[in-house]
Amino acid sequence: MTALASDTRASRQPISFALLAQVILIANSFIMLYPVVVMVLSAFKTTGEIFDHPFALPDFTQVGNFTKVLGETEMPTYFMNSILVTGTSVILILVLGTMAGYAVARYESRTNTFILLFFLAGLMLPLKLAVIPLFILLRDLGLLDSRWSLIVTYTAIGLPSAVFIMAGFLRTLPLELEDAARIDGASEPRIMWSVMLPLARPPMAIAAIQNAVPIWNDFFFPLVFIQTDERKTLPQGLTTFMGEYTTDWGMLFAGLTIAAAPITLLYIVLSRQFIQGMTAGAVK
Amino acid sequence: MLVSHKQAPSLKRQLWVAFLVVPPIAFMSLFVVYPILSAFAYAFYDWQGLARGEFVGLKNFREVLFGATMAPVVWNAFLHNVYALIALMVIQNGGGFVLAWLLYKEPFGFRFHRIAVFVPVVLSTIIVGFLWKLFLNPNFGIVNQALYALGLDSWAKPWLGDSSTALGALILANAWHFIGFPTLVYLAGMQRIPPEIIEAARLDGTNEWQLLKNIVWPLVAPSTTILFTLLFIGAFNWFEIPYVMVGLDGSPFGSTDVLGLVFYRTAFGNQSASIQNFGLGSALATLLFLFIVVFASMLTLWLRRREIQF
Repeated sequence: MTALASDTRASRQPISFALLAQVILIANSFIMLYPVVVMVLSAFKTTGEIFDHPFALPDFTQVGNFTKVLGETEMPTYFMNSILVTGTSVILILVLGTMAGYAVARYESRTNTFILLFFLAGLMLPLKLAVIPLFILLRDLGLLDSRWSLIVTYTAIGLPSAVFIMAGFLRTLPLELEDAARIDGASEPRIMWSVMLPLARPPMAIAAIQNAVPIWNDFFFPLVFIQTDERKTLPQGLTTFMGEYTTDWGMLFAGLTIAAAPITLLYIVLSRQFIQGMTAGAVK
Repeated sequence: MLVSHKQAPSLKRQLWVAFLVVPPIAFMSLFVVYPILSAFAYAFYDWQGLARGEFVGLKNFREVLFGATMAPVVWNAFLHNVYALIALMVIQNGGGFVLAWLLYKEPFGFRFHRIAVFVPVVLSTIIVGFLWKLFLNPNFGIVNQALYALGLDSWAKPWLGDSSTALGALILANAWHFIGFPTLVYLAGMQRIPPEIIEAARLDGTNEWQLLKNIVWPLVAPSTTILFTLLFIGAFNWFEIPYVMVGLDGSPFGSTDVLGLVFYRTAFGNQSASIQNFGLGSALATLLFLFIVVFASMLTLWLRRREIQF
């Protein structure tokens, strides 16, 4: 009897565990996605509809909130600013990061250790806490309240990790590649540009995503550096927008939906690259 | 003749390497090294607005830590950072570990769940903060609406307006935003464990709890080290979620005030009092920086000792 009881428990346990696992995972995914779904559904509703029927499906042809957000607010301007700032910063990070990473990985030099330690320090120090001197420096350079104030800040924050990602990858490329090109008489810049860099696209993609997502989403630096409405990026512009339409919930949800749409859609298409890029610093 | 780059470098080569290395280093020196070194120096001066006054030694530090007006605010905020850290360690990192373990077994639909758990992570903190602020609205938010619909009227609360629930609501919003990150970092850590180890343990009749406690948890120690260190740094830099959801003053009645908000108010002022004090702000930033560096290093060293090579 006891043997039978323990036997059944032992064989039933994995099934009940599997069931419990399913319940937890489904509940968790529901909690993760449902708020986003409600946000999108509410964007198609009038404020009255949101208050009276918060969980109901909307009339999807009712796109007035969206046209109003895109046509009557500064949201498109914030969008353009975010694209400009994120794009320029990521390009600068990749260019400067590849230069330093290439030098450290492909040329032996006594200064390499120093250079790596220098960037390692940059990786550890939170620049957020140096925002006061950065603010004064940018004012002295005449960059305050301009998009460049954000671009140089983001580049400085992103550069160290890009150097390590690029150096780590470029170091693994075989020496024979360079030597063969050298025998053919190729110059050093030519070797870097035509032989080595075409092979380095995967780490560039990782470094780009790792930096693009936090830059696109950042709020703190624009809050401190940017005053003029026409130069605000999306997260900061969103706070202005939310302040203007506090009582019009349809507009608020439409604004949030439009702000969240590009990165969410990009994530759904490129989820593997996003996950790899955003966890790159924490996964060896 | 074979030309190897291990030979004595020519002048041309040296110039080329310098061309590669100097711009990134110069950029970092100007926009990272110089501001961080200045940040320490600024804390020792008196400031009138944006103009630096005279050298005042440790006066700003004394005011931040022991001054009659500032110290109570700072310590109150510090306590809230500590609460957030402890709660997020359990909810965010602990929850992430459990979810990772469930995903590790690749149950039905795990690909979908893995993508779903990371959706909030890619959203801006500002979007997350506003979304939950609307959901937690006392009259029209879906949280209270759902409670009414379920007949739990007495559970409905003005979540962000009540000092007893506001900080907890911010912590939960933060956990919703970021739980996908520890989940997928732990998952990657578990996938690096040689499958034979887990296989062997199962054959020995180890139960689920013992397997997690004695085998999986110790073997994902490298992931724990980095996740706990990142959370520690994040918890003491906490700013965006409180700023968006409860405002610069950590309302109601400072019950959600955190050091990030205190720093911003001190350095850049707020609507009610537009006095900005760069000296006090720099002193607070310097103290916070030293606190984070010292404790994060200690935490990392302590957690590293648990790591096992395999």
